[in-house]
Amino acid sequence: MSFRNDPLIPVVGVVTDIRIDTPDVKTFRVVTPDGKKAFEHMPGQCAMLSIPGIGEAMFSITSSPTNTEYMEFSIKKCGCVTDWLHSMEVGQEITIRGPYGRPFPVDTEFAGKDMLFIAGGIGLAPLRSVINYCRHYRDRYGKIDIVYGSRSMQDLVDYREIIDEWAADAGVDVHLTIDREQPEWTGHVGFVPNYVKELAFSPDKTAILCGPPIMIKFTLAGLMELGFDKTQVYTTLELRMKCGIGKCGRCNVGAKYVCKDGPVFRLDELEELPDEY
Amino acid sequence: MRKISLDRLSALFGAINESRALYLPVDNGKTTSYERWDENKKLSEAPNSSRSPKDLFFPQSEELMEFKVDGKKIEINDLRRESGDFVVFGVRACDVRSLDVLDRVFLSEPRDTFYENRREHATIMSLACGRPRETCFCTAFGIDPSEPQGDIACWTANGALYMKAVTEKGKTLEAALSAVTEPADEGEILEEKAKISERVGKLPLASLKTDAFGAGKTEKFFSAPEWAELSESCLGCGSCTYVCPTCQCYDIKDFNTGHCVKRLRCWDSCMYSEFTKMSAGQPRLTQLERFRQRFMHKLVYYPTNNDGMFSCVGCGRCLTKCPIGMNIVKVMKKLGGE
Repeated sequence: MSFRNDPLIPVVGVVTDIRIDTPDVKTFRVVTPDGKKAFEHMPGQCAMLSIPGIGEAMFSITSSPTNTEYMEFSIKKCGCVTDWLHSMEVGQEITIRGPYGRPFPVDTEFAGKDMLFIAGGIGLAPLRSVINYCRHYRDRYGKIDIVYGSRSMQDLVDYREIIDEWAADAGVDVHLTIDREQPEWTGHVGFVPNYVKELAFSPDKTAILCGPPIMIKFTLAGLMELGFDKTQVYTTLELRMKCGIGKCGRCNVGAKYVCKDGPVFRLDELEELPDEY
Repeated sequence: MRKISLDRLSALFGAINESRALYLPVDNGKTTSYERWDENKKLSEAPNSSRSPKDLFFPQSEELMEFKVDGKKIEINDLRRESGDFVVFGVRACDVRSLDVLDRVFLSEPRDTFYENRREHATIMSLACGRPRETCFCTAFGIDPSEPQGDIACWTANGALYMKAVTEKGKTLEAALSAVTEPADEGEILEEKAKISERVGKLPLASLKTDAFGAGKTEKFFSAPEWAELSESCLGCGSCTYVCPTCQCYDIKDFNTGHCVKRLRCWDSCMYSEFTKMSAGQPRLTQLERFRQRFMHKLVYYPTNNDGMFSCVGCGRCLTKCPIGMNIVKVMKKLGGE
């Protein structure tokens, strides 16, 4: 009996680049030892990364699938595994398995739509994959608006890419905001939910949200006030996971498993779940 | 159908053991557990084993893989080896159903190859329940203890063990045992089946109803006020999940031996506060939420994803083991309005 690949057995990945994004976020570039992508994915999907002896954890794949050379993960330092990942140097091997979960419907529901991306803090990580996918296939989508907020200027993830590439694209409007005034900041100051209401987006857009629960809660309320339809609003959930394939039981919410039925949920689907996420 | 006299059981077990490892329920002091058979081991006469045969397919702890770490380099060693053929004898109807429940989890895509390997190499010889316990309620879930399934269904009657091959695997094993068994007629066990049905019908929990539960009932029960009272005394010890034949939640943890890192899979319990705790927060803060999760999963969530099949089989193990005497029967009665 030759065993088929077991979904729990990872492959080796090599960290080939480490970018310091903010005081607590780094972006890691990962390829296999022979220099290839470990697997193909779609925007919104996740991967399990591990350091043997420390642990394994689920992260959203922040690079776009249109990047044919490598995968990137923007990771905030906040626990055992992420502490260790932050202490790594280039050349370090880790393990990687995936992809997991239901991606954003980029080629179906999103096609031809005006896109509104709303992110807070490290919440930009999963959205960066979709944003760059939409930018790559620019003619498949309408206007793109990106609202991104963070505690401070220094906490904005992917700042250079946002300014140098996203904001420079035709038909892409970037709206940055930070929580409190800073002397060197000339942009908007204020929380994301309020900024979204101020910007008074047309409710015929498809909105995609990712950020801390409190931001999601108030932004959703704001979008509903603006008249957005629940079937046009998407977000991603985050729960503890061990297997990634709907078997270990951890990320079970109602009859759904966030790892395989999510992490992407439409607002109308989300409202059918019991409030336990 | 074949049969063998009960006083020749060891000849039967010996014949099975010639080609396949045989596991059966054996008494050891206070508990009854599935053990590898040898001439000195005697089939337990207890109504059922203390723990289900789940351990033989999904062990409490197992090594998934091994890592060699050398500086920045990592080598992954696949520890999987093909299982030998084995037979599990004496599995009661409830525990046979529990394997169907587990199959739907572990054998759905992407398949768990560790479980699949053992399952493919196992032949299940079930055994009709001559002596059900007062805590048994398998019939509530449509299980007939007088008609156990598995690969070969067995009954004890008229001083003999009767065997009926149900599956191809069962027929192969039955053929291999033909030298020690003799032909029998199904009519010989009709009386025994009737006796079992009569006994089961008189059990204290025979009238337990499942109608209120099942697929799509999340909204109906999730916010029910009864959860507060039901979960009030729960200690969160997880005993119910450890004796449950269908509980399948697991943890994956690494252990550094000093020479290598072993990645282990161990049973886990949704009754534990650590189960869902993460750096970003804790979605199930109180024991009420954890308690509710376990029963909602058995009675609503699992059926929603599995064509209405419940993930409780009514074996009654949790009824005898819960230190505070709380159990799924009380939950079903209270929420079901009995």
